[in-house]
Amino acid sequence: MRILNASGCLDALAAPEVAGQLDAFVTKTVTPLPREGNAPPRIAETAHGMLNAIGLANPGRERFLAEHLPRLRELGISLWVSVGGFSADDYAETCAALEGIEAVELNLSCPNVDEAADSAAEIVSACRSATALPLYAKLSAAHPDVAEVARAVAAAGADGLSLINTLRATALDRNLRPVLARGSGGLSGPALKPVALHAVSVCHEATGLPIVGMGGIETGRDALEFAACGACDVALGTVLFADPGAASRVRSELAVACAEAGVAKPDDGRSLSKSPETEEKVPA
Amino acid sequence: MQSSGSPSRHSVTGSERIGPYTLLRLERGGLDPGAPGQFFMLEAPGRLLPRPFSLCLAPAGELAFLVDPIGPGTEALCALEPGEEIRVLGPLGHGYRLDVERPLLVGGGIGIAPLPYLAQQLGGSPPVVLGFRSEEHAEAAALLPGAEVVIDPTLVTELIEPGFDVLACGPEPMLQAVAALCPSAQLAWEAPMACGYGACYGCVVEIDGALKRLCLEGPVIDAARVRAHAEVAA
Repeated sequence: MRILNASGCLDALAAPEVAGQLDAFVTKTVTPLPREGNAPPRIAETAHGMLNAIGLANPGRERFLAEHLPRLRELGISLWVSVGGFSADDYAETCAALEGIEAVELNLSCPNVDEAADSAAEIVSACRSATALPLYAKLSAAHPDVAEVARAVAAAGADGLSLINTLRATALDRNLRPVLARGSGGLSGPALKPVALHAVSVCHEATGLPIVGMGGIETGRDALEFAACGACDVALGTVLFADPGAASRVRSELAVACAEAGVAKPDDGRSLSKSPETEEKVPA
Repeated sequence: MQSSGSPSRHSVTGSERIGPYTLLRLERGGLDPGAPGQFFMLEAPGRLLPRPFSLCLAPAGELAFLVDPIGPGTEALCALEPGEEIRVLGPLGHGYRLDVERPLLVGGGIGIAPLPYLAQQLGGSPPVVLGFRSEEHAEAAALLPGAEVVIDPTLVTELIEPGFDVLACGPEPMLQAVAALCPSAQLAWEAPMACGYGACYGCVVEIDGALKRLCLEGPVIDAARVRAHAEVAA
């Protein structure tokens, strides 16, 4: 099981020692044009989670390719580039310009910008034609049937899934006004974990594709639970804010969690979650 | 200027009430106190995210932070008792430049927090002017003996005379007023911050005409460079 960062939760150039703990670094989402992002306040702590409304702040495709990507390559870390846009062509054009990276993650689910008009499957299909790089589709668990979306992007040529993105949410201040300038943002942190586990489970059953599981992972035990639901790899997001050493810690905790659960490696946890004995213990 | 690696655990050595604020003393351990105006991320017990604090005092073997209990995180920090441990990351960001000829320290409310350590590092008892919203808040002026103090509605900016190199920290309206009076002032800004090391992109303020992360660019920034509109509810 590899440990990545959730896109947008780490700047490898600002904190290379944190990125160096990861098995691969996932960039902040790159859009065709530069985006300054949303006005502050952009973040708010909530019960067992936090909201963010950063708004895909990024230097834009041209500057990313010319300035950021070369500097990221110098870090010697496996790179995934998160790609965003407002049409299938936006995504495909960025995919076509990328090379020398490990994988592309298609951000099909940012809650902080207006959604792309094209469907997830249309975007994946356009990107499939544009690149031979592995394509991971990052989906939202806010869809009524995320497994259906997963099947559609699998049929369109996705090589894997990243599950899940933040969920759109609102927090109010003491005067009953939204804390975030944008009004709403994306909820992340431990509050998300049960939602993410379910999404991983149903999408794994629906597609069998490799899944990077994320959403509230704080410990090695959390990572093992994602493996038990069908994730091959995991990504850390909010936990990195409080603990820049979380990747190394989770990796060592994972070994202990496997031993405690009686499995040799995280993938073996999958059979455990499917065993009748385990299922009987789940309350109705 | 960035501190790398994981937060380290530090035990509380003392917690004193000063007016409405709490001076929280931590065992220093291996942490560098850094430059005045740099900040540390302190674990807020029971909360998901740490909170940023500039260093107030650096007594031998300790680091001391001035905490204003304005929300659940800061209230939890104020409730800590000697012997309890929290995780600390820092020092982070950029502090005040100390190569000034005629320093004048200007503080407003909880913004006086970095000034005691700044005065100590500057040496020579620099003049200090402080503004508070009430007599109770003004009790914190005891941290800066000899400071000139005003209480609302008198504004601290009324005490700023020309010819000084101003180093200031306080609420945004105060910083805006200081910037207007002294374009060469060094100002310590505040913004909601989840990580303190450039990861969350939450703490942006308008610096050099664009939204930039305060944790990496500041928190101390030359007055001419910044226009902020951050609200903080920690």
